Amino acid sequence: MVPVNTAMKIFKAVLSIAITLVLIWALQTKFGNLPPIGKFLNPVTGFWQNAEIKNAFADENLKLTGLQHKVIIRYDENRIPHIFAQNDHDLYYAQGYITARDRLWEMDIQTREASGRLAEIIGPEVLGTDEYHRRMGMVYGAENTLRGIMKDPQVKTSVEAYTDGINNYIHGLSAKDYPIEFKLLDYTPEDWKPINCAFLLKLMSETLAGGSDQFALTNNLKHFGAKVTNDLFPDYPFLEDPIIPKGTKWNFKPLPIPKPSADFLAQMTDSIKTRGEKEDIGSNNWAIAGSKSANGYPILANDPHLNLTYPSIWYQVQLSSPAVNVYGVSLPGAPFVIIGFNQKTSWGVTNVGADVLDWYQVHFKDGSKNQYWYNNRWNSVNKRIEVIYVRGQKPVYDTVIYTHHGPVVYDNAAQKSENAGENIPVGNALRWIAHDESDEFKTFYLLNRGKNYADYREALKYYTAPAQNFIFDDADNDIAITPNGKFPLKFKDQGKFILDGSDPANDWHGWIPYEQNPTVKNPERGFVSSANQSSTDQTYPYYIAWQFDSPYERGKRINDRLTTMKNATPDSLRLLQGDTYSIHAQNVLDALLKYLDPTKMSVDQLQAYNALKKWNKRFDAGEIGATIFELWWNNFYRMTWDDKFGIKNTHLLYPNRDRTIKLLLTDPKSKWFDNTQTPVIETCGDIVNIAFTHTVDKLVKEKGKMNNNWQWGRVKHTEIASLAQLPGFGSGNFISGGASAVINAISGGSGPSWRMVVQLGPVVKGYGVFPGGESGNPGSFYYDNMLQTWKDGKLNELLFLQSPDENSKRIKSTITLSVK
Amino acid sequence: MLFLIILILTIASSFILPWWAAAIIAFLAAMYWGKTSGKAFWSGFAALFIAWAILALIKTIPNENSLATRVAHLFRLPNWLLLLLVTALIGGLVGGMAALSGVLVKRAFQKK
Repeated sequence: MVPVNTAMKIFKAVLSIAITLVLIWALQTKFGNLPPIGKFLNPVTGFWQNAEIKNAFADENLKLTGLQHKVIIRYDENRIPHIFAQNDHDLYYAQGYITARDRLWEMDIQTREASGRLAEIIGPEVLGTDEYHRRMGMVYGAENTLRGIMKDPQVKTSVEAYTDGINNYIHGLSAKDYPIEFKLLDYTPEDWKPINCAFLLKLMSETLAGGSDQFALTNNLKHFGAKVTNDLFPDYPFLEDPIIPKGTKWNFKPLPIPKPSADFLAQMTDSIKTRGEKEDIGSNNWAIAGSKSANGYPILANDPHLNLTYPSIWYQVQLSSPAVNVYGVSLPGAPFVIIGFNQKTSWGVTNVGADVLDWYQVHFKDGSKNQYWYNNRWNSVNKRIEVIYVRGQKPVYDTVIYTHHGPVVYDNAAQKSENAGENIPVGNALRWIAHDESDEFKTFYLLNRGKNYADYREALKYYTAPAQNFIFDDADNDIAITPNGKFPLKFKDQGKFILDGSDPANDWHGWIPYEQNPTVKNPERGFVSSANQSSTDQTYPYYIAWQFDSPYERGKRINDRLTTMKNATPDSLRLLQGDTYSIHAQNVLDALLKYLDPTKMSVDQLQAYNALKKWNKRFDAGEIGATIFELWWNNFYRMTWDDKFGIKNTHLLYPNRDRTIKLLLTDPKSKWFDNTQTPVIETCGDIVNIAFTHTVDKLVKEKGKMNNNWQWGRVKHTEIASLAQLPGFGSGNFISGGASAVINAISGGSGPSWRMVVQLGPVVKGYGVFPGGESGNPGSFYYDNMLQTWKDGKLNELLFLQSPDENSKRIKSTITLSVK
Repeated sequence: MLFLIILILTIASSFILPWWAAAIIAFLAAMYWGKTSGKAFWSGFAALFIAWAILALIKTIPNENSLATRVAHLFRLPNWLLLLLVTALIGGLVGGMAALSGVLVKRAFQKK
């Protein structure tokens, strides 16, 4: 018999061991949104290991498998890598390896987002987002694009080498080396695949060419009828200054334009929220001819506006092999430089906003949805099963129906989750350019190596989506711009409203030939530019879109300034990138003010009135006038339209700013100014006054009598959030000028994601900065070291080395990759 | 004695072994050198508390505590020192419990 004493001792020991084991288990386990606390906090493998030493510049020699020759990577003082390889394979291998070192988690999470695989690591709360991406056909599109990539030997080699480089980096990691976000979310990096590069392209297409007003506009048509809809949503803006200068001749014979189909109006039964106009994604680029520059060679500038995040969407890199030497920004997760320059040329992009996403009403034979009506007969659908893995749960199997147009994104209202875009109609098939086989990387492969205008034109023809205004200049003194992409051949306004999917006349009718995409080379005015406005004047024979990404104000300001510019230097263009002058205010401020009567104002109103009178029309951080104007206009806009378009449970499209301006300037007695919810009949002047009173009252109420807190920079919230939206990992709120409709388009969390100015000449000189840093590690000093330069509106001189052993004081360290 | 052994072995092992190896070290060390359960617990606790604090400080000081400050913010802690304290306490708890277990196992097998 075991003595009680001994039994007690054993019990105590076992209990103590059990408690210890449970404790360790609990510390290793993820509960809810918290990281596993011991795994994350322990200093051996946890987050403390991600803390980098300041000025961590050390030379390294790394031996890697898969390399063919030695690669030398030189890092400058901003830790920007300058990669020198002896062939293209090694070049892109090294680009993959080096990019992964700095941005592995960003690459992983972007791929997961695009491919609908977030729930696998996060859990059921993001299942709706995943389903949306799957059902939009992101995976289907990426598979098709990968096919295009693999058919092209040069791009195939590059993408595969890039993939190898990333994977060699991943395989060399141990748990303590994982980027901090892997530790927070408690998962491990997985191998990169070539299709991930295609997913990145799909993500760009989703951001830049994945929206549609078709559904809302179709609702407008039902609600207001064709006459009103056509009047309020015209096919060409009242105010415009197109990208291809007005009057440019089209030197081609256009294809016959397809005949419009019999009208069809889709039936909609769904209920959704409304949304206002969204204008925070846009970009600027311009290039001036040698005749306008101080040194006689062209200068090019580009600043793409995107959501600003840490880490940045861009990664600066110099790529050099015997076949290429190029500097610029790349997309982490894709080989090549996307925006940049080489010794002879430079190029940049802004978004076109082409109508390349169309909805087709599908008529199914019966509830099984196996057949649909098209071309006067029943046709079979394809079904694609999407398997979505969910952390902590069983996988979800989601069946998506495909017609010949594309996926039926939601075939019943129940599928549509909270996370889905409200602009997606239920029961419609999606025809989207991003589903097509494509090889966009070829364009960048060729642009990186381009020497002249002919090379530029050749590069553009491989580009499908998202369509971009490709701006270009070269050392032979050519400047050019081309709104470019694969544009479907359509009848006018085909896709402005939802289309009848049973009528072949509504299908896309082929493509606009590449050489007939709008383009201009060396226009007389001595510059080319774009800021997301209309591609052309109304003489262009083809339909690209009924409305482009942004109203014309930024473009107009750029063109006004460039018209008068002489002897320009890179600094002149840098200053223009920071310009905050509002063409919108120039157009409407006087018209608004004339309705106000200062003799009948309160003290507060009079102060505001005087501030507006004095205002220089600039959206600088210290301007009070900018604040009052912006809020006043927004109130005026909303008070004009809300009662007619802000209807509950119906997703209507509001008339845009341009149409509202036309009403204000040319039709002040318009019925649209009448607030239908009041017994009296209002005109423009009444709405202007009510909006003004409301604006001043609100400012006084929220900020007190006029004081420094009314300044634009303090009213506007500007912040660069971390990609994962983690508190503490972003920049925090800071004071900044700029607005979405001025050149310096810093607005909330979006704005110039990369600013670049390149002066061509006997020796090319590049300048650039993005808000953030090269490293994606929040524990690195190179996570946000360039933010201040960006905030100050300055640019860094970009170090463009001609050989790996070129001497430069700016080189801080060297990594040598050699064959294992 | 026990304290010093656990401290040194924990720091030394941290460069090659996972963090929970420290629990095994404390357990085994207490089996050999542990005396009373109270002493064992506090030796294990203090050893891991200090070892983890040292290991974390080695990383965070050259970093000017910038990452620790960001993470503290993320967990809504007012400053990084509190994060260090939490880290060290977790280590201490594991070390203390493991050492206590070690000494209790030893006792269970002792004749008296």
